[in-house]
Amino acid sequence: MRVLAALSGGVDSAVAAARLVEDGHDVVGVHLALSTTDSPSGGRGRGCCTLDDAHDARRAADVLDVPFYVWDFSAEFAAAVLDPFVADYAAGRTPNPCVSCNRHVKFAALADRADALGFDAVATGHWARISGGLSDGAGRPAELHRAADAAKDQSYVLAVLEQRRLARALFPLGDVASKDDVRTEAAALGLSVADKRDSTDICFIPDGDTRTWLGARIPRRPGAVLDTTGAVVGSHDGAAGFTVGQRRGLALGAPAADGRPRYVVSTSVDDDVVTVGSAQDLLVDAVECGAATWCGPAPRAGDAVGVQLRAHGDELSATVEQVAGAVLLRLDEPSPAVAPGQLVALYDGTRVVGSATVERARRRAALVSR
Amino acid sequence: MNAARSTYLDHAASTPMKPAARDAMLAGLERTGNPGSLHTSGRRARRAVEEARETVAAALGARPAEVVLTAGGTESDNLAVKGLWWGRQSAGRPRRRVLVSAVEHHAVLDPADWLARDQGAEVVRLPVLTDGRLDVAALEEAIAADPGSVALVSVMWANNEVGAVQPLDAVVAAASAHGIPVHADAAQAVGALPVDLAASGLAALTVSGHKLGGPVGSGALLLARGAGAPTVVPVLHGGGQEGGVRSGTVDAAAAASLAVAVDLAVAGREAHAEHLTALRGRLAAAITSAVPDAVITGPRDPALRLPGLLHVVVPGCEGDSLLFLLDAEGVECSTGSACTAGVSRPSHVLSAMGVPDPLARGALRFSLGHTSTAQDVDAAAAALPLVVARARAAAGTLVSA
Repeated sequence: MRVLAALSGGVDSAVAAARLVEDGHDVVGVHLALSTTDSPSGGRGRGCCTLDDAHDARRAADVLDVPFYVWDFSAEFAAAVLDPFVADYAAGRTPNPCVSCNRHVKFAALADRADALGFDAVATGHWARISGGLSDGAGRPAELHRAADAAKDQSYVLAVLEQRRLARALFPLGDVASKDDVRTEAAALGLSVADKRDSTDICFIPDGDTRTWLGARIPRRPGAVLDTTGAVVGSHDGAAGFTVGQRRGLALGAPAADGRPRYVVSTSVDDDVVTVGSAQDLLVDAVECGAATWCGPAPRAGDAVGVQLRAHGDELSATVEQVAGAVLLRLDEPSPAVAPGQLVALYDGTRVVGSATVERARRRAALVSR
Repeated sequence: MNAARSTYLDHAASTPMKPAARDAMLAGLERTGNPGSLHTSGRRARRAVEEARETVAAALGARPAEVVLTAGGTESDNLAVKGLWWGRQSAGRPRRRVLVSAVEHHAVLDPADWLARDQGAEVVRLPVLTDGRLDVAALEEAIAADPGSVALVSVMWANNEVGAVQPLDAVVAAASAHGIPVHADAAQAVGALPVDLAASGLAALTVSGHKLGGPVGSGALLLARGAGAPTVVPVLHGGGQEGGVRSGTVDAAAAASLAVAVDLAVAGREAHAEHLTALRGRLAAAITSAVPDAVITGPRDPALRLPGLLHVVVPGCEGDSLLFLLDAEGVECSTGSACTAGVSRPSHVLSAMGVPDPLARGALRFSLGHTSTAQDVDAAAAALPLVVARARAAAGTLVSA
């Protein structure tokens, strides 16, 4: 097959591409330039980290002896990932930019371009397994499964892919036992990225300080921090900077009456209020979601499913209560801290059923939701 | 996807070394000795360097003392722009303005912009006409506005992207009337056009080795000497080599090889240009027939363009896609524009020529050289129809197209 292998500059995507080459595929490497900045002279320039990554990706392609290109997807990335990320936070939601990137850039804009240029499949270094589709040539529908290494599994951020995308996606690391194996494989191939440290969660915030990054982009409107009775217990410099479940950075003057830690239980950017409460107040019984993406057949009301609420979250058991239009999921055991904007991935065993975005969390505690 | 045979049509980026130049390089690498040393080995290395200098000078209408050996075109351009600027500051009244054409190579534009940012220069980017040639009237106006404030003018001999030969006679006439030194980057011109320092009236002229069959990392800056010649302040300070203008041990092997390549290129120029003109015509006809709406840019008059360069804009395509698809077919060319880590940016040259951005994105530069054959041209032409169709389909998938 002609496979377009996305090379981030990290060890995972390099080994993924290497495995495709070993399997005899016709591989072309591509690094996505996702951010561009113009230098003061009006010349060209990009952030140094991005340039380093492009260099590492090119070195990997050279070692694998496959053609390599850098493709500029910065316009797509800004429109589909960066701008919505800021807008969602400004609206008091908690988005996952990797999910948007997979949905709108890697497995949309890039996949379409690959298709037009004559490639059969797009491969990435994501930790997930595909069966069916192009992966085995048996002509069955593609299924997305959790990776063999549960600790590295990234099926959550891929749960937004429709069947037509999965059918032409390859994830060569899905059956690798551990990250150590990937590094060993990379070293054996002579890939210089074998020892490169893992990337941060959000590629466009290299220092990991999301709050400061957002603070520079979202106007701060100070407001009151309330407890669940409505009493003012402090102040904040902008509700958009807080996420449900957050404990740090609250700077509350007085401790809670019961002496227990307090968490953000809701935020409202409409009236600039951050509400705090106990761990108990965070517990959620059910989540209401917007329209869903199903990887294959849609589930039915009454189905028992596993749900994962965040990228590195545990899988919880739940029951699908409603599918048509909006999706309603009832959690078998209450779970803390679910914020609007988060993605819920649904599982049947290791198989990813699909996903939907949280619009509202129904709390056990009688709390006024935002 | 990897074609076994490659069709190399990117000679303007770098052209294969000529066998005699390679032989001279290898022979030079066998020698020991610093040309600055007084012992026998040093003297022998020095002799090789000085013979190379004399050869380059003779081929390009210069005197040996006017040849400063450098590590390539970018260094020569930096030395010319910065060195002339600084030299013109120390001569009493400060002269702040630097006049450059809008289609200069980044090795000229970026030093000029650096002078503006860091040294208080005022850079004037002179407009070009739609064929990429300098708007001479605009230059004359810019000089006339305040002749005493112009430190230097830099206009390339021939443009590396679209092949437009610049009206240097007019540039020199306008500038020399006020004693303003003119630098020309002739990296693409030597071996393709008649280049003669003395006849040109230029103060400085950039030569690049690997564009004419010499080694990468070799070049020269020809600096006119004599009454009224401007001072050039060094960029590299150190051992005082090259008349104090360019410190650093001279690479004797590269100098010898460069000299052979320059000599061959200049001696064979007319036959070479004729050969390239014929191949370019064949390629242009094939492109026009295969892709009827493709637009060949640059001057229409063959006398006003580089003989071996063909720049074309294909509507509805991304140059990146064209490049990739041609590469997959074994055809190697360029989009012609500058890039960082492989990301193409809309070309400043096309923008200066008034080519609108969406169209400018579909640019392709084919450049022929001393190893090019009719088979190369035919291979490129044969690949184009499918490549363009695919690139157009791919362009439809992009939001930014």
